[in-house]
Amino acid sequence: MAEGGRGRSPGASPPGAPLVSRAEGAARRWRRLRRALQHVTFSIGLGITLLLVATAAVSVVYTPRDPLEMSITGRLQGPSPGYPLGTDQFGRDLLSRIMAGASTSILVGVIAVGIGMGVGVSLGMLSGYFGGWLDETFMRLMDAVQGFPAILSALLITAVFSPSLANSMVAIGVSFLPVFARLTRASFLGLRDREFVVAARALGAGDASLIRRHIFPNTLSPLIIQATISFPVAILAEAALSYLGLGTQPPHPSWGLMLREAQAFLGMNPWFAIFPGGAIALTVLGLNLLGDGLRDVLDPRQSP
Amino acid sequence: MRRFVLRRVAALGATLFFVSVLVFVVVRVLPGDPALIIMGTEGSPEAAARLRESMGLDRPIAVQYAEWIGRAIRGDLGLSIQYDVSVSTLILSRLAVSLPLTALAAIVMGGLAVPLGVFAATRQRRWGDYVAMTVSQLGVAIPAFWAGLLLILLFSVRLGWFRSGGFDGWGQGLVPALKSLALPAIALGLFQFAVLTRTTRSAVLEVLREDYVKTARAKGVPERGVLFRHTLRNAMIPIVTVAGIQVGQLMAGSIVLESVFYLPGLGRLALGAISARDLPVVQGVVLFVASSIVVINFAVDILYGILDPRIRYG
Repeated sequence: MAEGGRGRSPGASPPGAPLVSRAEGAARRWRRLRRALQHVTFSIGLGITLLLVATAAVSVVYTPRDPLEMSITGRLQGPSPGYPLGTDQFGRDLLSRIMAGASTSILVGVIAVGIGMGVGVSLGMLSGYFGGWLDETFMRLMDAVQGFPAILSALLITAVFSPSLANSMVAIGVSFLPVFARLTRASFLGLRDREFVVAARALGAGDASLIRRHIFPNTLSPLIIQATISFPVAILAEAALSYLGLGTQPPHPSWGLMLREAQAFLGMNPWFAIFPGGAIALTVLGLNLLGDGLRDVLDPRQSP
Repeated sequence: MRRFVLRRVAALGATLFFVSVLVFVVVRVLPGDPALIIMGTEGSPEAAARLRESMGLDRPIAVQYAEWIGRAIRGDLGLSIQYDVSVSTLILSRLAVSLPLTALAAIVMGGLAVPLGVFAATRQRRWGDYVAMTVSQLGVAIPAFWAGLLLILLFSVRLGWFRSGGFDGWGQGLVPALKSLALPAIALGLFQFAVLTRTTRSAVLEVLREDYVKTARAKGVPERGVLFRHTLRNAMIPIVTVAGIQVGQLMAGSIVLESVFYLPGLGRLALGAISARDLPVVQGVVLFVASSIVVINFAVDILYGILDPRIRYG
């Protein structure tokens, strides 16, 4: 995704350097893409992630069976030709439910990271740009939010409202606020007094346009990397919340919820607990590899 | 040093204030009428009015907050609706499970992560390094509660070595109690150890590149001495920082693991309170855990300042 590059990432060219010509930019993007694909970690991560996205997309129009269709006679079966991954306690097809669960995970990941990034970046911008008491207040607020991992916010929100997918997304999103706010703030602090910003201000640019046109584009690269780090964290958090009964509600398929249901039948059908967990682990592994690879490719100086 | 600590303590005060405001806003302000949440649909209007009065809901928000936080600071978090016991007493009794679980998980995490990270660093870009990094990648991808389920599947369903859950209390002796906490602590520690392994690896690598390490080697200090006396000691700063932050994560994670293993800790207390609409308990537990995490982060910050003077004067 980031390969489309805004052409202004700090790793590539110093901020304020003359923009490269269109052809040169295209060639550079192509070189970067080739380097990325030669990167083993990145490629494996990309492969798994594409598989996840494809599964989620396919599950919207097609699953081998109806993920909600029950069958009294076919309960808690192990893998068989008819049910490649077996069935759950209501005789529902696990493969179909796991496929449908992929879209739940992606949805939660995208929205939770979106909430965390949207609000966090806005707070970080104001903090880093204006500084002073506003900065101090926001940063203490972020320290406080840091005390609320997704589980705690979810407990609190669920106690007051009812458990739902939407509430779990908010809880997970809130837990991402501090990291996005701090990252943006740090970038803004570093850029606020750089020559090209001072020059633009001298030429009469207002606060809004300075932030939007001159500073913000230069903060994108670390934000994109952070988003790829947060995405799998969101998927893990959704699974944990659904497992506790604080997230996705039955009969909607969610990997965490399936594991909650599977626990009662560990002795009867262990596959029921193995496959949904495997799906979570594979997804998170793929996304983490993709994130690590992307960090290497986007910003080689940061790589271990 | 004193100025640094004073500044941090002031910041801690402000942060804890925000923590309490966040909890208060979600529980008392957002829902409109907390009395109706507690009563549900069954309560009569008269009972709701009585509850509202006893909770002080008829007074201005700021007054309510001031009273609530004033009591909370003195350790009074209100009465549990479900058990009719003070919330603080409940929290204290459940800590007997949650704290040891968190501590054991931290031991599992540190005990695995630091040696593995050092090992990986000394074999940078060789097989040992790749294996260690792969193990830590897998560790972070496997959700702790699923690891817990798999451990139950293997060690209690298949092998019958451990119980699949439950906790009889410390009164039954140390060994049975620790045995009940072993699997959840391992599951929790395994998940969190990956990040710490990576931190250890990169911290050690960084120090290994320093001139004084070269000097020590040139002097003829044996490799083990270089590693432990000169390298690991200096690499401890980032390791301790990250480990401290991870302890907060472990506290949150223990809430989930308590559910997997049916342990009567803080997490199950809060989850049970949600289904019983016992708002004061949820509020108390969340306030307590969130404040603890903030205080741990603060302690790490101070420790960092003590270990590394550059932070203090930065």
